[in-house]
Amino acid sequence: MASAAAGSSAAVPFWRAAGMTYITYSNICASLVRSCLKEPHKSEAVNRENVHFVISKWANGKPEKPTIRSDSPEE
Amino acid sequence: MYRQASRFLIRSLGGSRRRTAAAPRAFSTDVLAAPAEDAAFVEAWKKVAPNMEPPKTPLAFMKPRPPTPSSIPSKLTLNFVLPYQSEISNKEVDMVIIPATTGQMGVLPGHVATIAELKPGLLTVHEGSEVTKYFVSSGFAFIHANSFADIVAVEAVPVDHIDPSLVQKGLADFTQKLSSASTDLEKAEAQIGVDIHSALNAALSG
Repeated sequence: MASAAAGSSAAVPFWRAAGMTYITYSNICASLVRSCLKEPHKSEAVNRENVHFVISKWANGKPEKPTIRSDSPEE
Repeated sequence: MYRQASRFLIRSLGGSRRRTAAAPRAFSTDVLAAPAEDAAFVEAWKKVAPNMEPPKTPLAFMKPRPPTPSSIPSKLTLNFVLPYQSEISNKEVDMVIIPATTGQMGVLPGHVATIAELKPGLLTVHEGSEVTKYFVSSGFAFIHANSFADIVAVEAVPVDHIDPSLVQKGLADFTQKLSSASTDLEKAEAQIGVDIHSALNAALSG
């Protein structure tokens, strides 16, 4: 997408020039929009986008104690 | 095996014109009008397992794309989807105005096939005399030659779900962050914040 006919660095968007990918940009935009909503819609949106996951590291063929992470999807 | 089936079909359709540069090559995303079945495979299958139906491939399940009509249709068929729900599906509308990065683009039936990246802004759907407005955070719009438009967005809210005071506050915050940002990444994030909040502002007042 950044390889325009003119060559390597032709008209890249500012976020790509700063090293961000489109997905990161798009997710930041979406979470900013969600943070500007009126109340019932805002909490619905935040609940919908919550991500919870459990990470288990394995060592020597055995799982160690899993860690639970509930990241908000900004980063 | 099934990919070659389409090549055989094209070859039989194109005939001697295949060699010339003018012969159109089918897109890989075009679904054939009739699902191509490999006759040799079906034969061999029936010999081995006569009581079972030969397996279907994904191509057989896909509905073929409606063909491009020769005269411009009167309505645009719109699909507007978000990751968590399908906001508009197969609705016939008169016009849709999308916030493309190149500016507000009006799409009427018969629009040339276009792929547009969307910037944060207002998406308006015009059907008869009613206009539905959504604020779109970002996404893409695919307009096909047969007057079907597929719009995908990460987040789209009706304009009356937006809180003006939060927008003003966010705009002030990010403008301040922009002036105090040091690294490229911080500047980019602050710039995104400013863009989004100004677009929200414009959507609320426009």
